[in-house]
Amino acid sequence: MSTEAILPSPAVPRTRDTGRLRRALVFLIAGWSGFFVMAVELLSGRLLAPSFGNSIYVWGGVITVFMLALSIGYLLGGQLSLHSPSLRRLGALLIAAGVSTLPVVLFGDTVLDALFEHVADPRWGTLLASSALFFVPTVISGTVSPYAIRLLVTHLRASGRSAGLLYFVSTFGSAAGTLATSFYLVLLLEVNQIFFGLIAVSCVLGALALPFGDQATEDAA
Amino acid sequence: MKRALLSLAAVLLAACLPHARAEVVHTEKSLYRNIVIYEENGVRCMGFGRNGVGRQTCQIIAAPDKLVFAYTRIMLGALYLNPEPREILVIGLGGGTLPRVLRKLRPEARIDAVEIDPAVSRIAGRFFGYRPDANSRVYEEDGRVFVKRQLKQGKKYDLVILDAFDHDYIPEHLLTREFLQEVRGVLAPGGVLAANTFSTSKLYAHESATYASVFGEFYNIRQINRVILLRQGGLPSQAELERNAARYETALAPYDIGREALLPLFKAQPRDWPADTRVLTDQYSPSNLLNAL
Repeated sequence: MSTEAILPSPAVPRTRDTGRLRRALVFLIAGWSGFFVMAVELLSGRLLAPSFGNSIYVWGGVITVFMLALSIGYLLGGQLSLHSPSLRRLGALLIAAGVSTLPVVLFGDTVLDALFEHVADPRWGTLLASSALFFVPTVISGTVSPYAIRLLVTHLRASGRSAGLLYFVSTFGSAAGTLATSFYLVLLLEVNQIFFGLIAVSCVLGALALPFGDQATEDAA
Repeated sequence: MKRALLSLAAVLLAACLPHARAEVVHTEKSLYRNIVIYEENGVRCMGFGRNGVGRQTCQIIAAPDKLVFAYTRIMLGALYLNPEPREILVIGLGGGTLPRVLRKLRPEARIDAVEIDPAVSRIAGRFFGYRPDANSRVYEEDGRVFVKRQLKQGKKYDLVILDAFDHDYIPEHLLTREFLQEVRGVLAPGGVLAANTFSTSKLYAHESATYASVFGEFYNIRQINRVILLRQGGLPSQAELERNAARYETALAPYDIGREALLPLFKAQPRDWPADTRVLTDQYSPSNLLNAL
């Protein structure tokens, strides 16, 4: 551990209370990220249906791409957590996941139209379309969980409990995102409005974490 | 309270009884649903779901040309709007009732049928005698994708039959303004759209507003099902309807379709939904949720 890392962050002085606040923010971000991924996945089916239909292949393609992207995200998130992990960076990841979803709203139809023109098989069309639109945001979303676990783990002995709690929160968030989107949000709002809302919440939550700098001192505890 | 419960039980029992007496001749789990073929009182039906509730197609075994469902007779009234369709598109094959009858009525017509579930099109052949021929094809794909592809290739149809809705599940992308615009795009001048849709629930108003936003006037025939019938370029005059009806009187008689029963249904009606009803679009299409409300 470098000596620099032991110094408290200049933005938010470290106390017992900010320690609690940090943990709460980590959980909030992980839970929201779970919500975000599933809401986006459900809406992606809606976006693809006009061009590629609603057959079982389409859902198969969408789910495949999301799972693949998440798996790569987990790997990357674990790697990223090795280098001076901080709540600030976790917040930045959440913002990045949100912002990288913007092209879906801005250029989604253009991409889908182009793919419809050139790809006759809806199975390939779906795989390509969901890769083009959702791969990057979902990879970034995938980095959140392992990165968050790194921020939570203070003792080796409690690491399993922290991981369990984090999985609970993020998967619970996924369940909430699925339910809220499919039962309520689509009844009130247009698909793009929901996307904008999701992106906005990601940016706000991520921004809340930005003042919190280096977390590494908790290792010393 | 007790009496209410008892009568509720009686209603439920009555609803279940026909199925209890029905003989299940075939069941199959397809990619999309449980398909049940059952027979009772000389009628063979295809149902989706656990007990085969919600009859998709029924056929009188001894008289396969008789039409069991009133809505199919009304849909065939499309011939009153355009008596000589040469290119016909049927979205949602089911047991193949409508394409089979149309083949007999219009032997030279080309009939494209689109069915998303390969198991359903297999069953149409095996249990309901639907045989594609040189001039008719079944495409196993999503109806929306098929229409979009035809639109791109500049294909036109004189008659489009939309029969892809189940009693409890709606493919929501087949009920949006954008989809109906694509359908309008593949309708030839004077081409007719006949759609089997919903008559109750909160969805009714939204669906009406959506059709009106794309096509303007349509015949809105509300019975057990609701049938929407319309023509590209405007509804026909009463005289034209009567002329076409007379012309088809003999040919449609074996199917129990006649001008006396049908013509009174073909009346332009005032809009019976609120003017501010939200139109269904690809961006806003909670049809299944609305149908449950």
